[in-house]
Amino acid sequence: MSESSVTVIARAGDGRLTLKLSLAFLAFIALACIVGPSLSPHDYDHVYRDYVLVPPSFTAHPTSTEAEAALAALAQRMRLNAQASSFDAARTSVTLTSNKPIDLRSLRLFERSDVFAPAQVVGTQDEGRVLQIEVALRHQTFLFGTDSNGRDLLTRLLIAGRISLAVGLLASLVALVIGVAWGAVAGYAGGRVDQLMMRVVEIIYALPFVFFVIVLVVLFGRNFILIFVAIGTVEWLDMARIVRGETLSIKHRDYVAAAEALGVSPAAILKRHVVPNMLGPISAYATLIVAQVILLESFVSFLGLGVQEPLTSWGLLIADGTRMMQSSVYLLVFPAAALGMTLAALNGVGTHFREAFDPPSR
Amino acid sequence: MLRLVAMRCLAAVPTLFIIVTLSFFLMRLAPGGPFDTERGLDPEIAQNLQRIYRLDLPLPAQYGLYLSSLLHGDFGPSFHWRDFSVNDLFAHAMPISLRLGGEALGVSLLCGIGLGVLAAARRSTALSMLAGGIAFLGIAVPSFVIAPVLQLVFGLGLRILPVGGWNDGAWQNQVLPVATLALPQIAIVARLAQASFGQSLASTHIRTLRAFGLPQRHIFLHAGRAAMTPILSYLGSAAAGLLTGSIIVETTFGIPGMGRYFVDGALGRDYTLVMGTVIVVALLVIVFNLIVDLTYALIDPRIRHE
Repeated sequence: MSESSVTVIARAGDGRLTLKLSLAFLAFIALACIVGPSLSPHDYDHVYRDYVLVPPSFTAHPTSTEAEAALAALAQRMRLNAQASSFDAARTSVTLTSNKPIDLRSLRLFERSDVFAPAQVVGTQDEGRVLQIEVALRHQTFLFGTDSNGRDLLTRLLIAGRISLAVGLLASLVALVIGVAWGAVAGYAGGRVDQLMMRVVEIIYALPFVFFVIVLVVLFGRNFILIFVAIGTVEWLDMARIVRGETLSIKHRDYVAAAEALGVSPAAILKRHVVPNMLGPISAYATLIVAQVILLESFVSFLGLGVQEPLTSWGLLIADGTRMMQSSVYLLVFPAAALGMTLAALNGVGTHFREAFDPPSR
Repeated sequence: MLRLVAMRCLAAVPTLFIIVTLSFFLMRLAPGGPFDTERGLDPEIAQNLQRIYRLDLPLPAQYGLYLSSLLHGDFGPSFHWRDFSVNDLFAHAMPISLRLGGEALGVSLLCGIGLGVLAAARRSTALSMLAGGIAFLGIAVPSFVIAPVLQLVFGLGLRILPVGGWNDGAWQNQVLPVATLALPQIAIVARLAQASFGQSLASTHIRTLRAFGLPQRHIFLHAGRAAMTPILSYLGSAAAGLLTGSIIVETTFGIPGMGRYFVDGALGRDYTLVMGTVIVVALLVIVFNLIVDLTYALIDPRIRHE
């Protein structure tokens, strides 16, 4: 890369391009996680016993070698010999031979396998010792491969994203509501009330957050709702501080004084004049909180304390991936990339907003 | 100065008290107990156990007992490791965790400040891109991804460092854990240092120094002192971040430190062990913040004379 192109990228990196890319990525991942699982041909908890740890690929399974192996395994279970013509055609004719008459019920094994469609008997010879059947292959694509239980990774990744994003948004909402209310009241009331309320924030700051989240989650069951309430209740502190600072600067403006002179109640002033005027910084910071919450949830899930199987979240998928990374590194790469890019995009948007509303921090 | 120390220490007392109370009642509110087994104990044995560990007393009495033993510096017996007291466990685990954390903090400050200052001073594209790249990694790659990847690359791939274990603190065993702990912190420190040092270099008093023709060395010293404050104020959060990271690092690398005891204790309902960890961690954070505040006063005369 030449020097000039490096400069261009570096300069574009802190400008609007990052914002656009981040927003586009967030929109894409949100849409994919919401509609993706229902569009996917696989269920997130469906186990394909014949396709355990299939690496990611665009080509459909089974390949002809896989089909041969599957047929051999089936023949062994049915205790007979199987001879197949080539697997390239839409339907494959298979000759089953045995030294006893073949029980037709054993053909159900074809139905149960993930590789074959139900078999049809075409002809019988030798008093049922030789059976001519026709069977079609069931073609399936696993774009991101399958996990160690034979479940489609792409579908699981999207379901996990749903959980992670939902926890992120809901917990941030909890943090937002508590933080804004607390900070605005403290800032607007001022004096003793302000001191007391901010003292509480300071005390909670000294608590080891993550330790408390883990204690909460471990002790009160792995409840989905509890996870985001627990995370939300520890993430509101920064928001309260920022909102208090903004309130302090807004409350001496003329329009607030005018409202006070007209006898508007403090609650109405807060609701109608103070909070709407700091939506900018609030939304900037809220984006950063979403990133923090998603990271925290993944952290808790990684330790095995979060969402429970068969549901999953990015942290849980990463934990599974690290266990299998020596043999199947894609199990780690895809979830880690999804989580990492989402975090980076959220941070990009949040930082951009913050700088837009607070020029000196640039 | 002394008054500042005294006031800070006094302010920490109610915080600690609230933490102790909160963690005590939180643990007891939870369903299940430390002696629950799959088959259930003989009622007589269960009763004896309850009596030995004083779990048969009413809750306020237990609370009082726990507070008074805390005041004597006793965290009580561990419920899970039956032959050990929590103090015994901590005596082993604390030095390990503190050493790892201290080394990680040192490494992250050294690398972070170095990288940030270089990027700000040279204004070279390559360096600032390197700083930006590391900052991006710090944001986008959480420590629970870094740790296994390092294990895979250096432990299993290149075979130059052990995959895990403590081995009485041999340096080979410390490299990967310290790197995992330090990397996210390096990212943040570098970004802070780059921003504040750049701002400081552009300020008017530095311009005056330049106009006087002072050597570059002097200018950097003056700029650096003013640029230290944002990094210092971040150190409190850095300590908390390192403690959180130690949970991941110690479980992934199999290091017998505080973080691992905490997770095991929480899963096994080991009341005293979990409470002990929470209290010790809170104490660490408070003490560290105190030190940071005092260093502040040393660097910034405005705070000292307030």
